[in-house]
Amino acid sequence: MFRLSRSPLKPDVLRRRLLGEDAGGLVCFEGRVRARNRGRAVRLLEYEAYDRLAENEGGRVVAEAVKKYALHAAACVHRVGCLYAGEVAVWAGVLAEHRAAAFDACRYIIDEVKARVPIWKKEHYARGPAEWIASTKPEAAKRPVARKRKSRRK
Amino acid sequence: MKTVRVQYFAALRELAGCREETIATAAATPAELYQELKCRHGFELPAGRLRVAIDDDFSSWSTQLVDGATVVFIPPVAGG
Repeated sequence: MFRLSRSPLKPDVLRRRLLGEDAGGLVCFEGRVRARNRGRAVRLLEYEAYDRLAENEGGRVVAEAVKKYALHAAACVHRVGCLYAGEVAVWAGVLAEHRAAAFDACRYIIDEVKARVPIWKKEHYARGPAEWIASTKPEAAKRPVARKRKSRRK
Repeated sequence: MKTVRVQYFAALRELAGCREETIATAAATPAELYQELKCRHGFELPAGRLRVAIDDDFSSWSTQLVDGATVVFIPPVAGG
């Protein structure tokens, strides 16, 4: 299951929904908004999504993980809207028979969601103009994408 | 000429100044359409940094556009 949420996530609730008696490994990940990025104070993050394709592609990512790692259950929820430091932007949880598959599957879901799902993030700083950020690879340095032009050619 | 609906997100939405527009175009493919819109709106991103979706699914740049299609040019994503 993959879905977008316009309201704050509840990780405890999401985790409880995954629990099952036959699996020994439960791994959950929370991607949280940081107060600083690339040395700059971040006031808020603005997330925007192409809703229909995001939910379809996110659903494909989770389904791939279930098949690849023989999961008992998996889910991922991503916020859209404005988020502040400390808020959970994305939650992923998996339930597997054993811990190796659980850790690998959770990482797979987050890495693939970041690489493939049409969700965008604009960083608003304490000083200076806001910037759209591009993720290229997992853990890669976040780089600005484009700034709004001050004047347009006709 | 055909009529297509183009939706914009993120940086492209800001540069286009709108979330979507319906346009008449002679473009046969998303590649040709993007070049047309790049000139019109002053988009800075080259096509090589984008993906394209048609009717809410990822597509290729060489897909033949049909009348009534919804096209989205997808800037570099940044979920998580």
